[in-house]
Amino acid sequence: MAETINEVKFSDEAMAEIQRYISHYPEGRQKSAILPILHIAQAEFGGWVSPEVMDKVAEILNIQPIEVYEVATFYTMFNLKPVGKHVLEVCRTGPCCLRGADQMIDMIKQKLNIEEGETTADGMFTLKPVECLASCGSGPMLQVRELFYENIDSEEKLDEFLEMMRHKEHETPTWKK
Amino acid sequence: MGLKILTEHINVPGIETLEVYRKHGGYKSVEKAVKTMSPEEVVEEVKTSGLRGRGGAGFPTGMKWSFLAKPEGIPRYLVCNADESEPGTFKDRWFMEKNPHALIEGMITSSYALGANTSYIYIRGELLFVLRILEKAIAEAYAAGLLGKNILGSGYDLDLHVAPGGGAYICGEETALLESLEGKRGNPRNKPPFPAVKGLFQSPTVVNNVETISSVPWIVNNGGAEYAKIGIGRSTGTKLISASGNINNPGVYEIELGVPVEEFIYSDQYCGGIWKGKQLKAVVPGGSSVPILPANLILKTAAGEDRLMSYESLSDGGFVSGSMLGSGAFIVFDEDQCIVRNTWNYARFYHHESCGQCSPCREGTGWMEKVLHRIEYGHGHQQDIDLLVSVAKQIEGNTICPLGDAAAWPVAAAIRHFRHEFEWHINNPKEATAPGAVYRGQPETVTA
Repeated sequence: MAETINEVKFSDEAMAEIQRYISHYPEGRQKSAILPILHIAQAEFGGWVSPEVMDKVAEILNIQPIEVYEVATFYTMFNLKPVGKHVLEVCRTGPCCLRGADQMIDMIKQKLNIEEGETTADGMFTLKPVECLASCGSGPMLQVRELFYENIDSEEKLDEFLEMMRHKEHETPTWKK
Repeated sequence: MGLKILTEHINVPGIETLEVYRKHGGYKSVEKAVKTMSPEEVVEEVKTSGLRGRGGAGFPTGMKWSFLAKPEGIPRYLVCNADESEPGTFKDRWFMEKNPHALIEGMITSSYALGANTSYIYIRGELLFVLRILEKAIAEAYAAGLLGKNILGSGYDLDLHVAPGGGAYICGEETALLESLEGKRGNPRNKPPFPAVKGLFQSPTVVNNVETISSVPWIVNNGGAEYAKIGIGRSTGTKLISASGNINNPGVYEIELGVPVEEFIYSDQYCGGIWKGKQLKAVVPGGSSVPILPANLILKTAAGEDRLMSYESLSDGGFVSGSMLGSGAFIVFDEDQCIVRNTWNYARFYHHESCGQCSPCREGTGWMEKVLHRIEYGHGHQQDIDLLVSVAKQIEGNTICPLGDAAAWPVAAAIRHFRHEFEWHINNPKEATAPGAVYRGQPETVTA
């Protein structure tokens, strides 16, 4: 029984996408596809990668689980704990701060009543300040899943953004379209 | 507004599609190269052009290409570095998003020059939406016979793939990028061997920035000698500048190298001056890792000459009174910005992004972050400034990759030019930590 509950199964569309990435590399170099696969896994399984998911990735790539763990823990985009529906990845680096990113992060904490790394009680938002997202000309800004939300430079715009997100479903990943 | 090599058609509606891109002269360089030129001839044109790496180091591209080892029977790779992560830099993301075919054209022409039959674009993981745009454009190029087997009937084969990163600044360093592309942690490799000899999958590899590769088609179409006429001195061609911070018009600007810095900051064609009618305090001209310069030294060199947007002029005076063009990330500070806070912010960035492989960087970046944090929050000690200088000195040059230098330089430069501001924070903690408090004294460059 427990085995069935914990079994990790990628959708057929996700598996096709995984195979497409593996095919980009020479024979025997399939491990190269680990980062795109972890991105697919995170989108597929609720925005984070559990040890079970990482084990499944190792099985698909025919490598040791430790090879997946060491990669998933090195790259900051992979969430290793459950997260809220929308992870607010707010840029906290210099150029965005020149346009008010520090104040924006403070406002988010206040409005959602959470600290950095925490999730709201309703499971809607996780606050995850991140480093520079290559959007320095349009800060303050943040990323949720694949999308950027830029020029959030006033309380009104932040309120508007949070309200929109409360009613927003995630985009369907391209490989399912 | 000067010659546009990369951005002439960037605002044409539909330029992201193959049809519109070709209507505006797209993929001409592929036709010309694979049908009428030898790979060596393409390399020669790039050498003649004087094109220098646009990712930050400014190394001559043609020379880098000529180092590529060509042993028989071993594949060679071209890898495009689209891991744009240097704070202040957003030109590559903007360029790929708007005009993906321009990069793909550059990849085909450059791969042909290098004899690569498989090439990769390694793009930072946060830009998955740009990866989708590139993959769509690549599919169009395959369908049109511009990629795949026997490109345009020339007998030349090329496969092109896009690979995402996972959120690690260090993967912009070329050997860390190659490790990452092989599916490992992004720990930079010891050199030698250099990637030109042993790179991706232990094969000879060239790694070039997005903007560098995208400049190649114009050079092939018009000749390296024509390209070399643009710009100033050894800074040939045009450069994409990412302008950010306290200016009226943040954004990406293609400039002919050699534009005066003053014109770039104040002209309405570019930054449009300092926002809210404020005064200029300082500029970081080439991305967060290059030395910050106070207003007087960014506008004029120590010798009193106009500072220009070029590799040579921005580095005039070395690290005593100059800085670097770097990746062309031009970050502008108005009079109300706190240099201590900004330096702490950058130190936190480098601590966060250190891969942890070399102890001077792993430990040193953490020290600098902590010491700067306590100064910023009113708990600094008298000896802290000298401590920071000493830690920065001991990181610099003592690590496998340049991340250590990149972390040390901004701290050393901030103290060199704004030492009084650090002292003010330490001596007046109450005043300095009051909301909105900023040191109003004049900067004074101290050369030790």
